[in-house]
Amino acid sequence: MNVIDASNLSKRYGRTQALRDCTLAIPAGHVTALVGPNGAGKSTLLNLVVGLLSPSTGSLSVLGSCRPGSLAALDGIAFVAQDTPLYKNVSAVDMLHLTRNLNRHFDWTFAEARLGELGIPLTRKAGKLSGGQQAQLALTLALARHPKLLVLDEPVAMLDPIARHDFMATVLVAAADDGVSVVLSSHVLAELERSADYIILMSQGKVQVAGEVDDLLAGHRILSGPAAGAAAYTDLPVVHVRRGEVQTHLLVRTTVDDRVPRGWESHPVGLEELVLAYLREPDASALPGPLRSSVIEGSEVRR
Amino acid sequence: MSLIEFRLDPASGVPTYLQLVHQVEHALRLGYIKPGDQLPKVRDVVASLAINPNTVSKAYRELETKGLIVGRPGQGTFILATLSQVALPELTGLRRSLRNWLAKADAGGLDESGIVALVASELRDFYDRRSASSTRIGSAGGEVEGVA
Repeated sequence: MNVIDASNLSKRYGRTQALRDCTLAIPAGHVTALVGPNGAGKSTLLNLVVGLLSPSTGSLSVLGSCRPGSLAALDGIAFVAQDTPLYKNVSAVDMLHLTRNLNRHFDWTFAEARLGELGIPLTRKAGKLSGGQQAQLALTLALARHPKLLVLDEPVAMLDPIARHDFMATVLVAAADDGVSVVLSSHVLAELERSADYIILMSQGKVQVAGEVDDLLAGHRILSGPAAGAAAYTDLPVVHVRRGEVQTHLLVRTTVDDRVPRGWESHPVGLEELVLAYLREPDASALPGPLRSSVIEGSEVRR
Repeated sequence: MSLIEFRLDPASGVPTYLQLVHQVEHALRLGYIKPGDQLPKVRDVVASLAINPNTVSKAYRELETKGLIVGRPGQGTFILATLSQVALPELTGLRRSLRNWLAKADAGGLDESGIVALVASELRDFYDRRSASSTRIGSAGGEVEGVA
C-alpha cells in the first residue's frame, strides 16, 4: 500500500504555482523525510495530503485509495502543523478533552500515560510549557488517535538538541511499536540520515529525488581525481561537479562495484552531501524508474 | 539495563546500520558479550538513539546472516557465536609482513599520519567492496593500486 500516491499533482495560489506536476508514491512502513529549500512546495504537499487544501489539477490519494479529507482519511491520518498548534490558554488536560471530543477515536489512557512519562503537568496551560513540552504535547495528541500515517511539518525546527532528540525518539518508537508510517518535512539535514529511510527532495514545486535512502546512497559515489581528466567521465551520469584548479570531485550515479579509472578515487557519499549536490543542480533528478538524463555544464550526460 | 549501549558517530561516514554491526563485533572480540547474552531490543535502541527502526532491524539481520546472533520470536535477540581469532602462528606471519611494509612506507617518505591515512583509506575501500560484492555472485572489484 502507498500512504501517498500523487499523479501530476499541481497547486496554484493565484499567480503562484506552488506545486507543478508532482508524481510520487510513498510506500507504507517508512519514515519519509521531505526536504527542499523554502518555497519548494513541501508544506503545500503536506496540506494537500491531510485535506486542508485541494489540488488545482492532478490526482492524489492517501492510505491506499482514500480521498484526502474523506472520513477514512481523517481517521487514519494525524497532522502536526509547523508552529505546534495548541490553544495557549488551555491546559494540557483540556487539550486532551478537546482532541477526544473532536475525533472519532482517541486513546485517553495512552495520552495520559505519555504525558506522565514526559513529566508534563496536566493542569498547566499549554502556553506555559517549554517549547519541547509543547511539541511533545502536540505529538501526543496526534499519536493518541493511533493514526496509520503521521504527518509532521517542520516538527523540530524550533527545538533545542535534547528536545529534538526526544521528539524524534517518540516518533520513531511509534513507528517501531505500531508500524505508523511517518512523513515529515525538515531543514535539519544532518539528523535525517539516522531517522529517515525514505527521502523526497523537492525543488521549485517539483519532486527532484525520491527513493529509499540506502538505495540512493548505494547508487551514488564521489569520484575524486585530476581536474584535467574530468572529461573522461562524460559516459557516467554526473550529478554535480566541484572543480578546483588541479583536483575535481564528481558526484556520479554509479555503485561501489563499478570500475574506477586509474588515478581516480571512489568514496561513499553521505545523505547530506547528496542532498546538497542535488539542490545545487535543480535540473538533475534521481527518481524511481528509468534513469533520466541530467545536464551538466551544457553537455547532456546519459548512461 | 542492556549489556551494551550503542553509540553513533555521524561524522564517520559509515552507514548507521554498519556502525551497529561493527559495535557488536567489537564487543564480541573484546569479550564484553558472549554466546547466550541478549542484545538490546530494537525498540530500546530506537528510543535511546532516535534512529529508524528499519536500520536496527537491518543491522540485526546482517549479524544473523553472519551467524553471530539469533532472533527468538517473543524472547529477543541472542548472541550465538563468538568471533574466532586468527591462529597465533598466522598472526605472527601477518605481523611480520606488516612490519616489512611499514619499513617500505617509511623509506618511501611517508610519515605516521600519512601511513594511517593510507591504511584507513585502503581498509575502508576493501571492506566497502567486500560488503557490496558479498551480496552478489562474483565480485567485480575496481582497480586498486598496489601499495607494497
